[in-house]
Amino acid sequence: MDESNATLTIKNLTVAYRHGKQWFEAVRDFSLQIRSGQTYGLVGESGSGKSTVALAIMRHLGQNGRVQTGEILFENRDMLQLSTSDMQQVWGKQAALVPQDPPSSLNPSIRIGEQIAEILRQHGSLSSNEARSRSVELLQMVRVPDPERVAHSYPHEISGGMQQRALIAMALSTEPRLLVLDEPTTGLDVTTQAAVLDLFRDLIEDRQTAALYVTHNLGVVARICHRVAVLYAGELVEDAPVEDIFHRPLHPYTIGLLDSVPQIGQSKLRVELHAIPGQIPSLQDRSSGCVFAPRCALAIDLCHQERPPLDIPEDGRRVRCHRWPEIAAGEISISQESKSITHMPILDSSEQVLELDDLQVYFEFGRSLKDVYTRQPGQIVKAVDGVNLRLSKGQTLGIVGESGSGKTTLARAVVGLAIRTGGEIDLLGINLPPDLNKRPVETRKLLQYVFQNPEEALNPYMTIGETLRRPFITLLNKSSKEADVEVNKLLQAVRLPVDYSRRLPGQLSGGEKQRVAIARAFATQPDLLIADEPVSALDVSVQASILNLLRELQSDNNNTQIFISHDLAVVAYVADLIAVMYVGHIMELAAAESLFQPPYHPYTEALLSAIPSLDPLAKHDHIRLQGDVPSQVNLPSGCPFHPRCPRYFGDICKIETPPWQETEAGHRVFCHIPLEDLNTAQRRAAGEIAPD
Amino acid sequence: MPVAPISAIFSISDRNKPMAASEANATIENAAPNRVRRFFSAFRHLFDRPVTAFGTTVFLLFVLLALVGPSIAPYGANEQVYADARQAPSVEHWFGTDNLGRDVFSRVLYGARVVLTQAGLGTILAVICGTFLGLVTGYRSGWLDEITMRLFDSLLALPALLLALLLLGTVGQSQNAVLIVIVVVYTPIVARVARSVVLSVRTKGFVEAAQLQGESQRWILFREILPSVMPALTVEGALRFSYAIFLVASLGFLGVGVQPPSPNWGLMVSEARVYASQLPWALFFPAAAIALLVIGVNLMADGVKNTLQSSD
Repeated sequence: MDESNATLTIKNLTVAYRHGKQWFEAVRDFSLQIRSGQTYGLVGESGSGKSTVALAIMRHLGQNGRVQTGEILFENRDMLQLSTSDMQQVWGKQAALVPQDPPSSLNPSIRIGEQIAEILRQHGSLSSNEARSRSVELLQMVRVPDPERVAHSYPHEISGGMQQRALIAMALSTEPRLLVLDEPTTGLDVTTQAAVLDLFRDLIEDRQTAALYVTHNLGVVARICHRVAVLYAGELVEDAPVEDIFHRPLHPYTIGLLDSVPQIGQSKLRVELHAIPGQIPSLQDRSSGCVFAPRCALAIDLCHQERPPLDIPEDGRRVRCHRWPEIAAGEISISQESKSITHMPILDSSEQVLELDDLQVYFEFGRSLKDVYTRQPGQIVKAVDGVNLRLSKGQTLGIVGESGSGKTTLARAVVGLAIRTGGEIDLLGINLPPDLNKRPVETRKLLQYVFQNPEEALNPYMTIGETLRRPFITLLNKSSKEADVEVNKLLQAVRLPVDYSRRLPGQLSGGEKQRVAIARAFATQPDLLIADEPVSALDVSVQASILNLLRELQSDNNNTQIFISHDLAVVAYVADLIAVMYVGHIMELAAAESLFQPPYHPYTEALLSAIPSLDPLAKHDHIRLQGDVPSQVNLPSGCPFHPRCPRYFGDICKIETPPWQETEAGHRVFCHIPLEDLNTAQRRAAGEIAPD
Repeated sequence: MPVAPISAIFSISDRNKPMAASEANATIENAAPNRVRRFFSAFRHLFDRPVTAFGTTVFLLFVLLALVGPSIAPYGANEQVYADARQAPSVEHWFGTDNLGRDVFSRVLYGARVVLTQAGLGTILAVICGTFLGLVTGYRSGWLDEITMRLFDSLLALPALLLALLLLGTVGQSQNAVLIVIVVVYTPIVARVARSVVLSVRTKGFVEAAQLQGESQRWILFREILPSVMPALTVEGALRFSYAIFLVASLGFLGVGVQPPSPNWGLMVSEARVYASQLPWALFFPAAAIALLVIGVNLMADGVKNTLQSSD
């Protein structure tokens, strides 16, 4: 590697954090070079040290962190040696950071335009007026619609996607030569993320900036990075051009990560996801051998004893593994491609489990005293507006949608945590009243719920055993002795050690907590289980094991499941039937296999094209949605999707509610456009048939 | 997640921290400490820092005095030795004597019991009432919550001492009346603290899971929610206790609620005020006792707060 033309060179960086009186190494012996115009992906799960690297580069390590050894050369100057006043010239002007969490990174009491102008005045010697007009130009450059208005807005007045763009505009305002992007799209919806990624790619290419992109999302890396460094427990395990990482990975951890992510087209009926067993070690107990050895399926004695060197298998690649030559030669493999699925839920379409008839959930807010006096209603949010669904025994319904689509509200209305405004819910022929407290106790056994955030799903002051005993005691009327026996069985069913029953949730990892939450839901062997984003808070390697667990439990109990997620690939993997939701409406309902075949709803099409594929060479469809999800107080008339629809059909979309159109395959689409036209247009876009 | 490196790596169990924290933690803590031990381990921290250790020591010293004071006191609380009246501190009378010939040291000892029982009992009752009301109103919400909170708002709008005087005027003056005053004055404050925690906890998954399982409201309030409220309540209780000591002394000083010849420190200060220039010791020692106890309890409360906030 030629050092002179690298913008950023990190040499043997070791960063440690202090705990008590001891220092623990969070990043060990890390080296990297980024050239101008290059986007370098830094990938790893939580606890891998990737953010620590980003913070060390920007010298933002906290009080308890320090760089122990190594150099960070930015244009041949060692950043670690610069004085704070010299750093002030570097920060913002020459090297900029785009942070992860837009709402907490913007000052809530200063207008967006002023926040950008402040940087320009500081570094660019522009006058106030020039800085102000330049900030509007910058917002325009990051493709903010109506930049004048956004510049005059406070952060809370604009959406998350717009906030992130404002932060990008701030980072780019001084034309920095190094950009550090710390998970900049993690909190965003997929369609917004796709647009922001396009923006990054174009801007980095235009300006020949060197960029370090820190993320846990492999799809994002495949879409915008040129090279990728994979970090595990503070060590660089693999570094290669992006095509090689995805097509010829050499390190078992990289291979495991790639295998644990479901891809569109995979189904749980055919493929078992490859979960990496165990979890990332804490700083105190990192082994003296290979850090990954305890979780590695290919580990041999040598791996546990001796730390592997960073080998160079070929020009421009680095890997830290004892066994890479065997992996490269194809002699050993950890992929379990043809592992047959033994457990499979049986679909019995004759037995109907759940029926939703015109379900509506409205929320009222902002009712003023005057409204009360004049008996006017306040503003009404139609979170779920007229949903009809039928589910059979053993079926899995996947509900997918972006934030604000009403998918969680729908689920909460079914279990009774949100009170429905209208419509009927029938569970196994029993009509469920809206209010949870009025529902017959026996229906609670039939219907259970897994919460999104495992951190909040378990009472932090109750041991796992106490938590799991409750459903047996309250719902199944068991004695506490019987309940204890059942708790042990449950823990075994979710693959947790029995002695976990004495632990408190704080002593479990996120994945383990979610297993306990799932165990609690399965205690009563419910006929219908609703899982609300059960894996969205988990790392990918853990996510796979939870998805596998849900499938196994389903086949043992043969229950019906509703699985909610914002991730279309995950939903497609677990579900037989997929509902695509947008602002409280189901836009499309289809069997999982047929959803990805045109014709599909234009919104589904946009979602599909927004999902970053794991193949860096894949052709990306360029359907990008304009604008934001509309305010649910004032939903657009006619088809609620018409203002953003990439295939806007005409005035009919604005005026009339679309019809439900059905294909031969039973694929139902809520759209005005005739299915044949949709089919032709979408096949053409996908390149399946030649353009006219 | 931007920063939280230390907790992200080490075993600070914090349910509010992002996932990374607990992912890394889980491997470290293995032994499950039982509930009782966890409770007492918090008290060990009351001696962690010198300032807190000082406060705790002062408090414990006063508790000891309240327990054994009357049996070690050289004279009775109201024992008058006319021959020794108006004496400066000496070997015979450590804190001197007042104008009626009562031993100030003995009276201060007896007074510890008076102030600690009244303030302590009052605070405990206020915490119990406040917690109960806070839990119920916060969890049930609706009109009950609305009415209770507005009522509390109006109580809080009055200065504590003024409210106390009003109440004493109504219920009459007695030892029990002082207790009632403390309960009425501090219940709304405790209830507000409890309610605010309940509001943030009741939408969490574990409470909703309990609702779905058909747990009784009593179980949800006292077994699911109450433990999460306890840290805030402990801090608030410790703070209220120091204010209650102050209130008891103030009422004594104003001569309401307690009648002479009770060895209430406030009352002692008030009685000695007239002879301040001739018998300064009769004024100084009870006043110093009040100050020392209040400072001690305050420092201890600070320590409780730091411990609970960092470990939880």
